[in-house]
Amino acid sequence: MITVENVDKHYGDFHALKGIDLEIESGSLTALLGPSGSGKSTLLRVIAGLEIPTSGRVILDGKDVTNLAPQQRGIGFVFQHYAAFKHMTVRDNVAFGLKVRKKPKTEIKDKVDELLRVVGLDGYQQRYPSQLSGGQRQRMALARALAIEPAVLLLDEPFGALDAKVRAELRTWLRRLHDEVHVTTVLVTHDQEEALDVADTIAVMDAGQIAQTGGPRELYDAPVSDFVMSFLGPVARLGEALVRPHDLELSVDARDGALEAQVVRVVHLGFEVRVELLLAQAGEGAEPVVAQITRAEEQALELSAGDIVWVRPVLAAA
Amino acid sequence: MSTPLLSEGVGGPDSPPAQPAGPRGGTARPTRVHRRARAGGTGPLGIGVVTIWLSLIVLLPLAAVTVKALDDGTGTFWDAVSSKQAVNALVFTLVVSLVAAAINAVTGTLVAWVLVRDDFKGKGAVNALIDLPFALPTIVAGLTLIALYGKNSPVGIDVTYTRTAVLLALLFVTLPFVVRSVQPVLIELDREMEEASTSLGATPGQTFRHIVLPNLRPAILSGAALSFARAVGEFGSIVLISGNVPFQTEVSSVYIFKLQESSQNPIAAAAVAVVLLLVSLVVLIGIRVLERRGGDHA
Repeated sequence: MITVENVDKHYGDFHALKGIDLEIESGSLTALLGPSGSGKSTLLRVIAGLEIPTSGRVILDGKDVTNLAPQQRGIGFVFQHYAAFKHMTVRDNVAFGLKVRKKPKTEIKDKVDELLRVVGLDGYQQRYPSQLSGGQRQRMALARALAIEPAVLLLDEPFGALDAKVRAELRTWLRRLHDEVHVTTVLVTHDQEEALDVADTIAVMDAGQIAQTGGPRELYDAPVSDFVMSFLGPVARLGEALVRPHDLELSVDARDGALEAQVVRVVHLGFEVRVELLLAQAGEGAEPVVAQITRAEEQALELSAGDIVWVRPVLAAA
Repeated sequence: MSTPLLSEGVGGPDSPPAQPAGPRGGTARPTRVHRRARAGGTGPLGIGVVTIWLSLIVLLPLAAVTVKALDDGTGTFWDAVSSKQAVNALVFTLVVSLVAAAINAVTGTLVAWVLVRDDFKGKGAVNALIDLPFALPTIVAGLTLIALYGKNSPVGIDVTYTRTAVLLALLFVTLPFVVRSVQPVLIELDREMEEASTSLGATPGQTFRHIVLPNLRPAILSGAALSFARAVGEFGSIVLISGNVPFQTEVSSVYIFKLQESSQNPIAAAAVAVVLLLVSLVVLIGIRVLERRGGDHA
């Protein structure tokens, strides 16, 4: 269990963390999600001990570690750019934490081989990091962090430097790995899809504060603010209200609470149809509102560009 | 270089340029012109000029001194370089240069470290000052040392005519080499490697020994080798303060000067010069090997 209590962090005039309170359950996989500059990486580094908070406390499993050096916290840290020890082989990279702990040689060798099997790098023991792909380097970095059997695993945008396909693969792989080893894991990301896909719990951060904490579904369905709502997925603005595009209802006749709009474009994406609308009340140069409807709905309406329709939130979602 | 570059690498140096900004769809011709312009080659004229220039300035004089050294045959050459005084001067030169290089390896790394990692007032000035011993005429360097550590030393330390004086002079003129070769590597060094090491439980000492030092080693060694090469040939800063006592403080370069000017023995001077030349060559090759090895896994 990780407890962060009223943590503040200043860098000169910049107030990076503003009174953060956060509890992370043992064995969970928690994502810190937010735009860049929201303080999510700083919070992770405070938990790791790589940054000292200006005030507040960090408690790991009931022990106040606020002033404890990082090497005494028993934490595995994985960096966005791998931080591979490039002058060492894969074996020596993974063995590093065990070597500085002066573990017996045979124990180190067995442990390293086992971990490399777990992360799918068996047979790469003698390679150097420069001979690995980005995804392989990051899996090596994970094995290296796991080697010291950390109480907590901290991942700072671990897939940020990888291309989209590898990123999606590693994400699924990380979730499976977590289900196997059950180490308390905190993942920093700015990618809402990644957070929704991988995490049990998500803490959304904005401007040095935690905007909302909850499960993926809770955050998506019941965001406490417009910021959380718009950060977790696409939104359409209907007058004052923010609505998910798939929670919009279109009709050819006027209905209660519906707004008049003109169809700008109809995009067929297989099962889903995206309809771009310009609200009649919107001024010049306004962004079109996008509605997501099903193919069947679209066929019933027979929409084409230039048509006038009426749009309102689906009542259940309102 | 890292693989991400390779994996995205549409255009290695040899592949045709990937869609230049200009109009597309030309024949092969414009592409080739574009390539040559990018390579920036000057053609046969440029190569010829460079060859002649290097020959005139470097190769011919080197050849000439070698020929001169062998004017009276290999026997005379051997006598000249194996005379007691010549051997003594050479051994002293090599040893004192080695000591200077070793000291530089440590202090130069320390200076580079402070300049890169610490923030303090006047850092820019200190950084600029590092090159001063290099820019200063060496005879001036010698005079400054005499002013401080000479006969009428204001601090009461007189090292004139001692081996210590030679070492001091060499340390003064070779100061920049290790600093300037380590500094850029240290700036580029991935700080996250150190953080990773720390998070894995390494003490600051262990992180330095196992993570930082191996990454700096090639730069330290090549800087030290450069300062060794410079020290072997040093003359100006030594000639006044060392007293040039044979079998004591006489270095090879000064010995060569004496052979040429006082003893009127240009063949012996050339012979000792050739030996110094060989030493420099060996060091140069050593540096190249070091640099190549340093780039292995980077």
